[in-house]
Amino acid sequence: MKQSKLELYVGLFVLLGIAAIVYLTVKLGAKSLIGGDTYVMEARFTNAGGLNAGSSVLVAGVPVGRVEGIRVDGTDYSAMVTLRVEAGLKLPTDTMASIKTTGLIGDKYVALAPGADDSYLTAGSRITMTESSVDLESLIGKMAFGSVEKGKDSPPPAP
Amino acid sequence: MGADSNQMLLRIEGLNKCFGENVVLDGASLNVPRGSLVTVLGRSGAGKSVLLKCLADVVRPDSGSIHFDGKLLSIGDVSSRADFRRRCSFLFQSNALFDSLTALENVALPLEQTTDLSDKEIRERSLEALRQIELEAHQDRYPSQLSGGMQKRLALARAIVTRPELVLFDEPTAGLDPLRRNAVFAMIAKYQRQFGFTALVVTHDLTEALIASDRVALLDKGRMCFEGTPAEFSASTVAMVEDFRDSAEALGRTLAAIRRGEAMQSEDS
Amino acid sequence: MLRAIGRYSLSIVHELGDFALFTGQSFRSAVGARRLGRRIVRAGFEQGVRCLPVIIIVGMFTGLVLGLQGYYVLNRFGSESLLGTLVSLSLVRELGPALAALMLVGQAGSALAAELGIQRNTEQIAALETMGVSSHAYLITPRLLAALVVYPMQTALFVTVGLWGGSLSGSLLLGLEPGVYWSSVEHAVKAQDVRECIIKAVTFGLLTISLCAYHGFNAHRCSSATGARAVSASTTRAVVQSSIIVLAADYIITSFLV
Repeated sequence: MKQSKLELYVGLFVLLGIAAIVYLTVKLGAKSLIGGDTYVMEARFTNAGGLNAGSSVLVAGVPVGRVEGIRVDGTDYSAMVTLRVEAGLKLPTDTMASIKTTGLIGDKYVALAPGADDSYLTAGSRITMTESSVDLESLIGKMAFGSVEKGKDSPPPAP
Repeated sequence: MGADSNQMLLRIEGLNKCFGENVVLDGASLNVPRGSLVTVLGRSGAGKSVLLKCLADVVRPDSGSIHFDGKLLSIGDVSSRADFRRRCSFLFQSNALFDSLTALENVALPLEQTTDLSDKEIRERSLEALRQIELEAHQDRYPSQLSGGMQKRLALARAIVTRPELVLFDEPTAGLDPLRRNAVFAMIAKYQRQFGFTALVVTHDLTEALIASDRVALLDKGRMCFEGTPAEFSASTVAMVEDFRDSAEALGRTLAAIRRGEAMQSEDS
Repeated sequence: MLRAIGRYSLSIVHELGDFALFTGQSFRSAVGARRLGRRIVRAGFEQGVRCLPVIIIVGMFTGLVLGLQGYYVLNRFGSESLLGTLVSLSLVRELGPALAALMLVGQAGSALAAELGIQRNTEQIAALETMGVSSHAYLITPRLLAALVVYPMQTALFVTVGLWGGSLSGSLLLGLEPGVYWSSVEHAVKAQDVRECIIKAVTFGLLTISLCAYHGFNAHRCSSATGARAVSASTTRAVVQSSIIVLAADYIITSFLV
């Protein structure tokens, strides 16, 4: 095969390959890297089980940020969760943060329910109103128990 | 010594090589004068090919020395070999052409990989080499599409395209019919004069070698048992030379004996 | 018996060392190699363009099957919305790099081992050396360098096609909302996963192409056979060992990175 033709094909392949890599890294992998400005705040939970660094933060079901880190507060043994949220989004100080699950066995995420206060949360401030993870085991136990009572065919109630 | 080493392009002294228990070269020595065609004769398995492969560094000798153009080539030393490799080409018995490259690409390869010439110069020089060897019309064919003789010529074109001072031929006539053998020797002699390289040919074809060569050497059991001109070879009384030279007569005598035996057997029955 | 085990272990260690030296030599030969770019382009053609059809076909079917199986499994728990998570994570983390590498071994690696074996057999490699051309620099270095670039690309293509395959069987055949599928895909895959995927692809490329080249290049040292048999034996060994090393390295990398 002629060298020039060879180069053409290889060039096409390389373009295709680079496009695929860029697609994977940018579209799927590193969304947070290309976003705009963000700010950080903290939320205290009694139980952050199942939540990971990188989990989503949603307001009204729309992703607005990610969980940056989780650590244990040494004084009262509660979980301190650091949230990174888009700078454009102003949240009232009485915003409530709760840990929820997508579907039955899906990922955990932090849902923010904005309140009605006039003042807003700033970088580094702390969300005081929180709701911790639902205890899955007891929930499943309840559901399994309930479904047995109702009969085999009926679907389990949505959580 | 000084004048002598200037005249000798290649000097081999006391080359030894064993493959396990098998002694292949046992102190082989050879002098190759500049600009000459030297033939090393010998029976199959006498160590001829190994001698060439030691020169080409495909096989490493156990001991001995090789001087090229007055300089010692250390065994297995890359830097001292680099100069030798640039000025020397090797023609394999099997031709060793690159079967996935066309004739032109085959010839161009040594230039592409060892020189800094531009693509245009390489193409010109490769075409020139093909033209001189009368293969220009087949430049886009692959080696498998060429006849045996053409392949041999192509291999020679690839060997001389780098303008070497020394070309080593390993059994260039092996397995060819007498007419082809003549043609190959004629080709070597012709191009050797045309390009002015020194040729070292290893073969067991006595008749052609005696006619075409300037000097002849006979290798037996890893030693050089004769070295001289073809005329001296014909007159030599060394036992091995006589055996080699008179092999046809020996065959005649053997056959005569067999026929006599058959005749006696038929008489018996 | 004990001595046989000892001898066998020693020969393995010897071969491993030899292989490492071989790979090192291939990289070192890049210095001073002439017209390397052109050789890399040709190697890129062999590993890239030639293997593209098989990568796309296998990637598509892998995605389709993952979508189908995943849908039926998740359907039992009423979690079809997690189909994208399942397909994307299995593809990006494991199946993409491993299957793409196996396909490349089958297509490019076996061809490389056989080609080098024949070139060794017909003295073409010896001819290169007598011309003063480094056979490593001419035959192996460009292929190894090309593999470092081509493998991640092929893997990324495999994963991309697989994701579309998953969405095809999930949404078109089984009626899952495409938006649900893609949002769970985007949600599940993290930068760390993509990085792991690329690291695996580069490692597999390096190991398999070097291993195939090693066996082909040393076809003449094959102890069990000579000639054409040696070429076939070394090609078989190259493909088998490459396939094993892909899965073994996959396990090791996963256990170190996760």
